Amino acid sequence: MTTTITRDELAKRIAADIPEGSYVNLGIGAPTLVANYLPEDQEIILHTENGLLGMGPAPDAAHVDPDLINAGKQAVTALPGAAYFHHADSFAMMRGGHLDVCVLGAFQVSQTGDLANWSTGAPGAIPAVGGAMDLAIGAKSVYVMTDLLTKKGESKLVAECTYPLTGVGCVTRVYTDHAVFDVTDGGFVVREAFGDNTVESLSELTGLALKGA
Amino acid sequence: MIDKTVADAATAVADIPDGSTIMIGGFGRAGQPVELIDALIAHGASDLTIVNNNAGNGDTGLAALLAAGRVRKIICSFPRQHDSWVFDGLYRDGKIELELVPQGNLAERIRAAGAGIGAFFSPTGVGTQLAEGKEAREIDGRQYVLEYPIKADYALVSGLRADRWGNVVYRETARNFGPIMASAATTSIVQVDEIVPLGSLDPEAVVTPGIFVQRIVEVGERAWLRNGEFVGGVDLEGRPTGPSMGSGTDREVDQ
Repeated sequence: MTTTITRDELAKRIAADIPEGSYVNLGIGAPTLVANYLPEDQEIILHTENGLLGMGPAPDAAHVDPDLINAGKQAVTALPGAAYFHHADSFAMMRGGHLDVCVLGAFQVSQTGDLANWSTGAPGAIPAVGGAMDLAIGAKSVYVMTDLLTKKGESKLVAECTYPLTGVGCVTRVYTDHAVFDVTDGGFVVREAFGDNTVESLSELTGLALKGA
Repeated sequence: MIDKTVADAATAVADIPDGSTIMIGGFGRAGQPVELIDALIAHGASDLTIVNNNAGNGDTGLAALLAAGRVRKIICSFPRQHDSWVFDGLYRDGKIELELVPQGNLAERIRAAGAGIGAFFSPTGVGTQLAEGKEAREIDGRQYVLEYPIKADYALVSGLRADRWGNVVYRETARNFGPIMASAATTSIVQVDEIVPLGSLDPEAVVTPGIFVQRIVEVGERAWLRNGEFVGGVDLEGRPTGPSMGSGTDREVDQ
């Protein structure tokens, strides 16, 4: 039995790596939790692909505004200093390398930094990609937030992705419930192991020849 | 005198023929031109190709157009949503064609059409299924795929205010695809809460200049606004939430 940290602890860990002044896009799902742990005394600007920089937290029920939503189509707020823009500008910010950090979920990440997070390729599934491919190749740092293992116990860190790719060689770092991994030219490097996880135990879990930092 | 004002939504869409390609603004429900879509459904045009980010929500707006069997093909980035059951059923039954486009490529292809660009190389999608069969090129050591513009016969867009020359301002994230779609269609139809006198929109703040707009139609104020100011009291779908609300001003709920 190895130590794992919770989703919220992981979100807090990721937030701690985001420097003041960063422009950040948090993907739909678990990555949105990171916003809860960004330090209040620092200015970190959140981008949402549907056309807002300076996104604030969810409003109370009385202030839900159908015109003001995030990429997950949830109600949000706009902070003082916010800016609205159309979709082509929004994706220019992403594709053009202007975002400092994006945090995305993943089905699989390969040791060369390939990301698979938009489709399992299951027959009959309705395909939907949204902005995942633009985010994956656009931000200066692409962080993945995920459990290390699937519910079936299979490693999400893999030698090669078997699911359809979102982007090639695009992932910078993978934050998991067991450890933090950097993607390097020589494969995954264990940047930080949580609790009693070790490079050896993580190599065994993933079936990969991991290196220590 | 230039006056692009049209009497009502029905008149605005009355000449849309069967087989048209129509861009419909909106990201989910935000910025969806619901009144124009309802008029298009009533008008009856069919065999349509629709360009939208999504593929309809719930049973209203774009979802209702799909449910009416008017759409042959949809070009979008994210059809699968928790409330996209209308599209889901049509797709599973093979009754609608889907062209799935990464969202930024969708936006840029629309922008390119409006800007007169013949095609462009995008890094998005390189090495993925969605770039298969597309022309690729290495530029400055990076891989790109060739993407072509998406043009439309008509665009249906929702803004906040417009003047009779067709200058438009939007509200918050309801802007989304509106400005680029307005530029990419032969005939762009913009519904707004309010048509204001010429000169009352700040020229520094006009988002869509009137040259991109052919028709404007006033549809009345959203339920969550009073005189252009946010008053709230609605849920994310625009339905009144409190007993003091719902005085009959909410068109979307009345349907």
